[in-house]
Amino acid sequence: MSETIKTDVVIIGAGPVGLFAVFELGLLDIKTHLVDILDKVGGQCAELYPEKPIYDIPGIPIITGNGLSEALMEQIKPFHPTFHLGEMVTTIENIGDPLYRVTTDTGKTFECKSVVIAAGGGSFQPKRPPIVGIEPYEDKSVFYAVRKMENFRGKDVMIVGGGDSALDWTLNLQPIAKRLTLVHRRDDFRGAPDSVNKMRALVAAGSMDLRIGQVTDLEGSDGQLTAASIKDKDGTVSRVACDAMLPFFGLTMKLGPVSDWGLEMEDELVKVDVSTFETNRHGIFAIGDINTYPGKLKLILSGFHEGALMAQRVHHYVHPQKRLVFQYTTSSTSLQKKLGVA
Amino acid sequence: MPKVTFIEHDGTVHTVEAELGATVMETALRNDVSSIVAECGGGCTCATCHVYVDEAWVEKAGAPSPQEETELDAAFDVRPNSRLSCQIKVTEDLDGLVVRTPSYQGR
Repeated sequence: MSETIKTDVVIIGAGPVGLFAVFELGLLDIKTHLVDILDKVGGQCAELYPEKPIYDIPGIPIITGNGLSEALMEQIKPFHPTFHLGEMVTTIENIGDPLYRVTTDTGKTFECKSVVIAAGGGSFQPKRPPIVGIEPYEDKSVFYAVRKMENFRGKDVMIVGGGDSALDWTLNLQPIAKRLTLVHRRDDFRGAPDSVNKMRALVAAGSMDLRIGQVTDLEGSDGQLTAASIKDKDGTVSRVACDAMLPFFGLTMKLGPVSDWGLEMEDELVKVDVSTFETNRHGIFAIGDINTYPGKLKLILSGFHEGALMAQRVHHYVHPQKRLVFQYTTSSTSLQKKLGVA
Repeated sequence: MPKVTFIEHDGTVHTVEAELGATVMETALRNDVSSIVAECGGGCTCATCHVYVDEAWVEKAGAPSPQEETELDAAFDVRPNSRLSCQIKVTEDLDGLVVRTPSYQGR
């Protein structure tokens, strides 16, 4: 296990609301680390609508999801937040008053005075194909990510999907697999053209198989696959031997571990006090789409407001001796110094 | 107002009035058709509002755009009459449209 990282606040989720929380906390001299399960910042803005315009950010008539993420990253630069991407917070343990130990799925630990949950719709996780009886094979011979390529050496590997993940792993695993079969529902791929060309060349050379169809059935026992059935466009079903399968159908939002943290919840949302956005656990806050209160609207602008109020309360925990004087960035030299403009 | 009928995979039938110009996905959400998830809110980026257009309506509903066809790759049990309901706008021509929902939207 790596060394414990000590900081003021851990923010769970690096979507727009988590990013802006860095700004509001930073103005109050509160240091932050952010953890996000995606390998990039921006949350839903990055994953679901990177190129779609957003029209209801105050003062910005039109901006894309990516544009907003980039602008927020620029805005929070003076506060030097640290990002831990591709990781999921699994536990939040109370070890003081308030002092928390936060642990991620890679075993990283943080000690912090407050935790801010800005997890949006939960964590993005791979979509599970609706194949009856797939569960016993998961993590034994059906995988949604490749952790170690060596595990696939000498195996009959089946990869399902038509995007970059499916194509990249096809190209990476084909040289070490005994035989690789790529299964996609249509003979058209949305991945990078270069990857598509390389894959087609391997098929033409007879070095791998491409099957157009959908997986309907699995065969095997004790979690070990032996074959899969593929239904092609005209309904013909055929069997393909395989002892490892990698389905890539994109991501979906699942609440994930949030429900294990002893927080009062309602309809899979975290209940908060509307004057501080604190949960029932002192020092743990919830802002943005993940929280609920009377009149809640799931808007980015609401999450920004919630972050500002949250920061005022977090200040009590992080700097209990310091009196908090409310200031404006337009006129306060002290705030402008923090922003690097005075 | 045009009417749209949703037949859910468990057999539940909803025949509802749809606003002109709204999408079939929005019409479903406004009327509590729970097997339409619409995780991305209509961005054609999540494939969780997948429907099967009734054979009689396939031509009028039209074919998926290349972007929608691409996104259908992330849906399950995709058939020739598969569409993403956020990409079908309700018009007078679609009065009476019938769509069926798949048993699984990926979550």
